[in-house]
Amino acid sequence: MDVRSRNHVRVTGRTGAPVVMLAHGFGCDQNMWRLVVPELERHFTVVLFDHVGAGNSDLTAWSRERYSTLDGYTDDLLELCRELALGPITFVGHSVSAMMGVLAAAREPEAFAGLVLLAPSPCFIDEPDAGYRGGFSAEDIDELLESLDANYLGWSGAMAPVVMGNPQRPELGEELTSSFCRTDPEIARVFARVTFLSDNRADLARVAVPALVAQCSSDAIAPPEVGAFVHARIPGSQLVTLNATGHCPQLAAPEETAAAIAAFAGAIQ
Amino acid sequence: MSKTNDEEHGGAREDEGPVDDRAQFSALLEDSAEDLYEHAPCGYLSTQLDGRIAKVNTTLLDWLGYQPEDLVGRKYFSELLTVGGRLYHETHFAPMLRMHGEISGIALELKATDGSRLPVLVTSTVKKGGGGQPLLIRTTIFDARDRRAYETELLRARQAADRERDRLQALTTTLQKTLLPPTLANVPGLDVCAHYHVASVDEVGGDFYDLFPLAAGTWGMFLGDVCGKGVAAAAVTSLARYTLRAAAVYHPDPVAVLGNLNTVLNHEYNGADPRFCTVVFGLLTPDRVHGGFQITLASGGHPPALLMRADGTADILPTPGGQLIGVLPDAHISTTTVHLAPGDTLLLHTDGLTEAHTNAAIGGGERYGDDAFLDFGRALAPTTATGTISAVRGLLDTFGTGVDDDTAVLAIHVPRPHSDEQQ
Repeated sequence: MDVRSRNHVRVTGRTGAPVVMLAHGFGCDQNMWRLVVPELERHFTVVLFDHVGAGNSDLTAWSRERYSTLDGYTDDLLELCRELALGPITFVGHSVSAMMGVLAAAREPEAFAGLVLLAPSPCFIDEPDAGYRGGFSAEDIDELLESLDANYLGWSGAMAPVVMGNPQRPELGEELTSSFCRTDPEIARVFARVTFLSDNRADLARVAVPALVAQCSSDAIAPPEVGAFVHARIPGSQLVTLNATGHCPQLAAPEETAAAIAAFAGAIQ
Repeated sequence: MSKTNDEEHGGAREDEGPVDDRAQFSALLEDSAEDLYEHAPCGYLSTQLDGRIAKVNTTLLDWLGYQPEDLVGRKYFSELLTVGGRLYHETHFAPMLRMHGEISGIALELKATDGSRLPVLVTSTVKKGGGGQPLLIRTTIFDARDRRAYETELLRARQAADRERDRLQALTTTLQKTLLPPTLANVPGLDVCAHYHVASVDEVGGDFYDLFPLAAGTWGMFLGDVCGKGVAAAAVTSLARYTLRAAAVYHPDPVAVLGNLNTVLNHEYNGADPRFCTVVFGLLTPDRVHGGFQITLASGGHPPALLMRADGTADILPTPGGQLIGVLPDAHISTTTVHLAPGDTLLLHTDGLTEAHTNAAIGGGERYGDDAFLDFGRALAPTTATGTISAVRGLLDTFGTGVDDDTAVLAIHVPRPHSDEQQ
């Protein structure tokens, strides 16, 4: 399968410049980055893509088996790096994608110049016995799955024609915006489970490339102490707190987010 | 709106006619804009772009049991949601609102101060300044208790329907498998391959085929198509398949075999519910003198076989005059014999292939047809059984949804002696 169309890869920015790859998290697609891309394009080659199952990725490539763990996504990521052959990249992973970056860098450190972990959480579920506070209980995650289901009726009627459409079609402009944040409820459920039930705390210490932990000042999903935990567990990592409310600094504080990414990526490459 | 206002205005302008009624209504509405906001039959909420609550109406405060000072400037909209709803808000709602400037009809649950939960439908728009810059978010919130109960019921019904459909598909797939041989018999000196293309996962198709050993180093094969689809057709398919196998053991002459099936179908399905099928039956005998196989084919109204020769030529093998099996008490069955030499390939097919629409994707009605099928064979020859089936599968793929009937194909091929194959 053609990896580029599978993941709806878009390469933009300065040719020959250091490479920054932007990976969206659970819920949306590469359009999440639209406010930071213009700034990053000025200095870097920017690689955007949709995870399989999201946005305009090839939905036929999705399977429950492959995408029931972060390993499937990590495989995709490394396949993308190999296919694009752009040399060591700075990988920017938002939310759950931050942990994909951690796993990928642990497996093939030579593919990465550095990692930017944006609003990361290695484990969302509290573990009181270990003194770990991720912010959520297992019941909370069930509640999210219910929310996804509750908005399933609206999805299926309005979105099915778009999502069933031919992913090879070139006129994607309108489709991109209309498919944004909407996905097959089956896929959303599985991705929600992967996102919120994975525990990658032990993998953090395996990161041997430069890493920047960029957290939001007020984030209901990844609270500051989780960012501090990630920073403490990744040897030699830097920590920056972005002045942003919510879980999506690339939307809430795009200038500051782009500046932090650019400063880090510029310094290491 | 307040009763006092009504009376004041009504009293002053009582005798001034319908024109002034309009003015009166207009004044009424103007006067009560604030009241309409506060006591509207839905919740109103204005927040800053980061979600911090700036203004909230009395209706929503009453629903949730808050005082204005509990919320304004103190809480974020997402804090009014359940934890699951908050996750949905952060990962879907807020990003979509940023993208489109509006989002409507999202089902969420609000938490009241007494711990109860209120199912609501939420619609938000971003208010923009003169330069298009976003200023604040306006949100309306509808009580969705009744509607949610209805939707939950609908969702449950839909999930039940999805499960039933999965069950039906599993059943159909299983039934379909029982009508086809799990693997084809291994015939020494013959390369065989078959494919069954399922047109609909919801219905059992009526195509069938088999290849099996008979006495004294001979082999029987058949391929056919029962008229109709679904469970009723599957019953006939099953009957046809075991009748053909049993009849071939009893008396392997192809005309006798098909005659036997004709008798059985006439006997079983007489009267109001006649059932019939088209079948081609072949008896394969190794040719000890010339190599390859001698094949006697009998056809009951079935599309002719395609012979692709070692020399690169291809032809159809006509079996003219053969009648549908199961219609008349004494169906006429025609036969033909062919010598399948080393390098030759014989392909049997059902008409799902030749009647497929070639450009269904763009709404075209063209059918593939016999001529194109012969051209396909000519382009393919010389070939092998596996090569033929893989080419047919490729062909079916190009038709996509244009294949509206099930399609069965069975190819047999006599490999050349090993030394020839090296060329």
